[in-house]
Amino acid sequence: MYGLADCNNFFVSCERVFAPRLEGRPVVVLSNNDGCIISRSNEAKAIGIKMGQPLFQAAPLVRRHGVEVLSSNYALYGDMSHRVMTTLRSLVPGTEVYSIDEAFLDLSGIPLEELPEMGRRIATTVRRHTGIPVSLGMAPSKTLAKVASKLCKRYPKLQNSCLMHRPEDVAKVLGTFPVQDVWGIGRRHTRMLQGAGIVTAGQFVQAQEGWIRHRMGVTGLRTWKELRGEPCIGFEHTPPAKQQICTSRSFATELTEPEELRKLVALFTALCAEKLRKQGSVCSEINVFILTNRHRADQPQQYVNRIMTPAVPTDSTLELTALAERALRSLFTPGYGYKKAGVILGGIAPHTAVQTSLFDASDRGRQARLMKALDEVNGRFGRHTLVTAIQGFDPVKANRNHVSPGYTTDWDELFEVKV
Amino acid sequence: MENRRKSLEIIIPDLPGIPMELPLAGSGVSAGFPSPAEDYVEMSLDLNRELVRNPASTFFARVRGVSMTGEGIGDGDLLVIDRAAEVRDGALAVCFIDGEFTLKRVRTDRTEGCLWLVPANPDYVPLRVTQENDFRIWGVVKHVIKSF
Repeated sequence: MYGLADCNNFFVSCERVFAPRLEGRPVVVLSNNDGCIISRSNEAKAIGIKMGQPLFQAAPLVRRHGVEVLSSNYALYGDMSHRVMTTLRSLVPGTEVYSIDEAFLDLSGIPLEELPEMGRRIATTVRRHTGIPVSLGMAPSKTLAKVASKLCKRYPKLQNSCLMHRPEDVAKVLGTFPVQDVWGIGRRHTRMLQGAGIVTAGQFVQAQEGWIRHRMGVTGLRTWKELRGEPCIGFEHTPPAKQQICTSRSFATELTEPEELRKLVALFTALCAEKLRKQGSVCSEINVFILTNRHRADQPQQYVNRIMTPAVPTDSTLELTALAERALRSLFTPGYGYKKAGVILGGIAPHTAVQTSLFDASDRGRQARLMKALDEVNGRFGRHTLVTAIQGFDPVKANRNHVSPGYTTDWDELFEVKV
Repeated sequence: MENRRKSLEIIIPDLPGIPMELPLAGSGVSAGFPSPAEDYVEMSLDLNRELVRNPASTFFARVRGVSMTGEGIGDGDLLVIDRAAEVRDGALAVCFIDGEFTLKRVRTDRTEGCLWLVPANPDYVPLRVTQENDFRIWGVVKHVIKSF
């Protein structure tokens, strides 16, 4: 049996732990730079605020219903996520952290009759220890466990825990479950399936195996089998190294000066390279992209990117920054207002697998020591202590007009208790 | 943080292309009698481990106010709160009541069927908690840290 623990409205729930006045009211959390709505309380969902909606579009609803609007506080969410995952780990034989607010649970070897009780205990313990409500789905496959956890959200009387294993129960649930909400079925396949008259997961599992394989390939077939109760996606105790590392951001205002963009792209490159080294990998390409504000139809639009490749796969901030800088120089066009930029590292491999080049002019050992020193200094004294000159020391200003304190991450911002 | 940022210091790194230095073999090895203390390095005292039994459920908070001075808890003290700890009658707990956090002793009153939030300062009176209140115990205070 597999479990999926999914934190309910995670970012909003984190905020509520330390600000109980937010309880029972519509609350939303915004993306970086206060652009879009990325987390909604149930009350906010009920009044029609959509996931991913830009704040300016939701403004009339926000005003009419007195919605609490918060900037994202990723330090807080990261800390709370770690607490939830640690608590889960202490309750089950194995966990696989799937995202900041979701983890798969390995429930193998636990007798079926004990699972309902265990599910309730997991949900109440996480809630009590961390303050975060979770929805726990338990089923014979990961894909079905995801469906079961969504049921908890739909039916409060399940009390945040749902075991779904009898074929007749599964069939009944899938019969009303929208196919686009199934884990692993993306937008393109949803359109294809809807075109073929398949709108529920129940219709999907009744399709012919050969047809699914033909139209959706082996991954589609895997989803199909998983929904039929046949586990095909195994348990990954240690998360696989990321195959792509990306840092991107939208800006508070449109940037028209190359200087500002250079600084940001250098910062993104440094952040990506740090993540790359943290997982012990190197990359063989760096992709830089910049784009204009698509919500401003009155302005000229541009979306451009350029991929650069280092001579030898690398994890060096210095080498990657030089490449990113060259890419950006070829992309930037005066006269455009850029709203977003990002850096994506690709061709990621373990750093032990580097094929050295005969013409490699760089002293790899020395670079590695320098990067190690860089990471240690920044780890100890804060991320922007040691930076490349191009980044500069002026912090990049982001729009965070409604950010909550670092309740759990900053000694000067701990929550206060009136005594 | 700010001070450090203001003093801009540029460090020129060794860029690729500079001749390689070969490390001397054995340069980091010192001969001599091994320190007998080496095996005991792990045994130093760690306040974190002593004060934080359950890291995942332990939170820190700052005291604001004087209603608990009789128990030695004053304005600005640091609270170590464990949400996993069992709540016993008379526990020192961070409570959430009608929109605010407060710290008091929580006593159950079976005859009246209510709870009392008991201060430790003669200038304050106990607060009666009934079904009418929006009340929750947020966590149990395990330690109070004072700085002088």
